[in-house]
Amino acid sequence: MSGQSVERRVEVNSEGGLHFRVASLFVSCAERFSSEICVVKGEQKVNGKSIMELMTLAAEMGQTLVLKVKGSDAEVAMEALVEVIENK
Amino acid sequence: MKFCDFVIAESVVAQLKGTDKEAVITELVSQVHATGHVEEGQVEDIIGAVLKREELGSTGIGKGVAVPHTKHPSVKGLVGTVGLAQEGIDFTSVDGEPVHIFFLLISPPDSTADHLQALGHISKNLKDDQFCRFLRRATTREQIQELLDEADNQKFGVQD
Repeated sequence: MSGQSVERRVEVNSEGGLHFRVASLFVSCAERFSSEICVVKGEQKVNGKSIMELMTLAAEMGQTLVLKVKGSDAEVAMEALVEVIENK
Repeated sequence: MKFCDFVIAESVVAQLKGTDKEAVITELVSQVHATGHVEEGQVEDIIGAVLKREELGSTGIGKGVAVPHTKHPSVKGLVGTVGLAQEGIDFTSVDGEPVHIFFLLISPPDSTADHLQALGHISKNLKDDQFCRFLRRATTREQIQELLDEADNQKFGVQD
């Protein structure tokens, strides 16, 4: 897929960590974009468009995730996704 | 966090009787309550809490699986159970498919880390098609327990 490749570190700042509801919102948001979305926590790398995969991260408050977005709408997607993580 | 840390073996249901969302959740919560892990008189409240959580967004995460859950003060520690529905239940899942495998989780209100770890462990194993397939085929509590034990010994959910 041609297009941009954007990477950003975000901190999980929701008290419940990357809990089910936040993860669901993230996936709903991610699905709006055509870009590939990858979420990395330490050694784990998962598909950001799959709630099942996101839940395997069990990311707690204060932990850092790296979002990697690749595709024609990568920048727009990244802004939207960062907002989901940082504002919930 | 492993299944043996929170799944109450005696509460596991190999053949759920309920045929809709509310009936299944009622049955699962009642099973956990019957094993004495929930404060008396709180069953209705917990069922209500789980259903309310479902209203915010279905926990049917696809592949015929759902992870209904809630945080509730009536439990001292994380407790959960597994239920199987041969017929498949409409759970408004993300992929529109009926649900056959239920993992219920009830956590104390302040147990964020444990709650996340438990959901993580459930998800990690459910990602593995083989685990799901074997679970779907189980017809007794003992078979389900065996599968959970194998999962805890890392037979499934291996990263590729």
